[in-house]
Amino acid sequence: MGKVRLDESRHREMAAGLEVSLRRLAPFLTIACLLLLWQWISSRGIISHILVPPPADVYQAFIDSLADGTLLKHTVITLEEMLYGLLLGVGIGLAIGYAIAKAPILENILSPVIVAFQSTPIVAYAPLLVIWFGSGIASKIVTTAVIVFFPTLVNTIVGIRSVSPNLRDLMRSLKAGRWQIFRHLEAPSALPVILAGLKTSTTLAVIGAVVGEFVSQGSGLGYLVTSARNLYDTPLVVVAVLAMTAISLTLYGIVAYVEWRFLVWQRRASA
Amino acid sequence: MTLSLRELSVSFRDPAGGALPALGPISFEVAEQQFVCVVGPTGCGKSTLIRVLAGLLPPSSGAALCDGEAIDRPMRQFAIMFQDANLMPWRTVLDNIALPLEIAGVSRPTRYEVVRALLPQLHLESFELAYPAALSGGMEQRVALGRVLVQQPKVVLLDEPFGALDALTRENLGRLLLRLRRRYVQTIVMVTHDINEAALLADRVIVMSRGPGRLVADVSVDLPRPRRHDMIYHQAFLKLTKRIRASIDDLSA
Repeated sequence: MGKVRLDESRHREMAAGLEVSLRRLAPFLTIACLLLLWQWISSRGIISHILVPPPADVYQAFIDSLADGTLLKHTVITLEEMLYGLLLGVGIGLAIGYAIAKAPILENILSPVIVAFQSTPIVAYAPLLVIWFGSGIASKIVTTAVIVFFPTLVNTIVGIRSVSPNLRDLMRSLKAGRWQIFRHLEAPSALPVILAGLKTSTTLAVIGAVVGEFVSQGSGLGYLVTSARNLYDTPLVVVAVLAMTAISLTLYGIVAYVEWRFLVWQRRASA
Repeated sequence: MTLSLRELSVSFRDPAGGALPALGPISFEVAEQQFVCVVGPTGCGKSTLIRVLAGLLPPSSGAALCDGEAIDRPMRQFAIMFQDANLMPWRTVLDNIALPLEIAGVSRPTRYEVVRALLPQLHLESFELAYPAALSGGMEQRVALGRVLVQQPKVVLLDEPFGALDALTRENLGRLLLRLRRRYVQTIVMVTHDINEAALLADRVIVMSRGPGRLVADVSVDLPRPRRHDMIYHQAFLKLTKRIRASIDDLSA
């Protein structure tokens, strides 16, 4: 009887373990299936190779562009635009967000500009930014900054406003100064929300940089896409697009890691 | 330190612009090292009273004084404990208790040394690296109590500190409070709605009426110290709690 129960529970444990590993494996299976489907479609000649190049051609284009340095060159440029844009947009978003959270009147003053910027498609006014900031790296940095500014702003406001009023009272009763309140209460309390905003911002940053590159040609992965398209080099277009995906996922992963590393207390809480 | 309330009253502004009286006018004195419990029905302004004494809320009229000086901001050597433990979830037990020292600019080794010496008295020695999410309600309040003690305050203000706990945990914390008080004698003002708790802990019980809160009874508790929990069955204790009870019942009559 006891043995049967033991076996049963062990069986259940194994089944649960299998379910977990299956769940972890599932995304990779999806990718593998898509690749197979892609290979099958192009090998059967259902769709022209110019429209959908077979995986082997894309791989060759990847190797070629890696060998002659074009891929790396354009990736580095896009990455550079994104990082400066993130730095600028997130920096300004944090500062203005904090100011608005502390002085609500600022929200009334600034909201027309912010809402107008946010509700107009960036693609529409990106040419304006090129006119103002030139066709060099500056206009791409500004495009990226504009697009990442908003999620940072909103999350900063929400994060600072949701600081517990009881903890504010505690800090006051401890005679904490403004800087101490910021450092020991507001910053750590708002950090989870701000990091969540940063995750959104990193994926938006790729859009910002690439839109900038589409509008003002010259260099970067966005430029690589347009120039390859003009030559009907579809495999290279796919390579450039996948490079953007890789950049976006890597940055997202870095922020997710920072979140995991610094919000230990939240991890413990959910366990 | 002695505290005195002189014709103190607080009223809040309602949305229509009128004044909502919340407390007083009320006057009483708390002598040096006296333990005073304030009891009264919900909405009698007990918490408002604590916030005024803590310097977190300015009185609308009258004054709260500490050694003759008006309390118009959070005072040095005052420590406050809230109904909610009010811990920082991102800080460990050790760092939560050490917070007041950190704000006062005490170096890390020194503040950890001070807190570690305190932990056994709070029965928290094996939890110094735990985060608040892992603690029970009673443990959280012991951490909050530690955060008060580490300030070595002359005046301790307690706003229903055990209100959210179950009866047995309350008793344990009450005992802990008395034991710690013997070691670090301070003036204590504690708000509670539990008459037994008030009579068992305090030197004096002040009964307040509902909105706006006024003083309706001032009962001195002449039970011997150290107080033991079984005193609640003694005749003297029963007589005392009956008196307090009666003054509260008179209010609703």
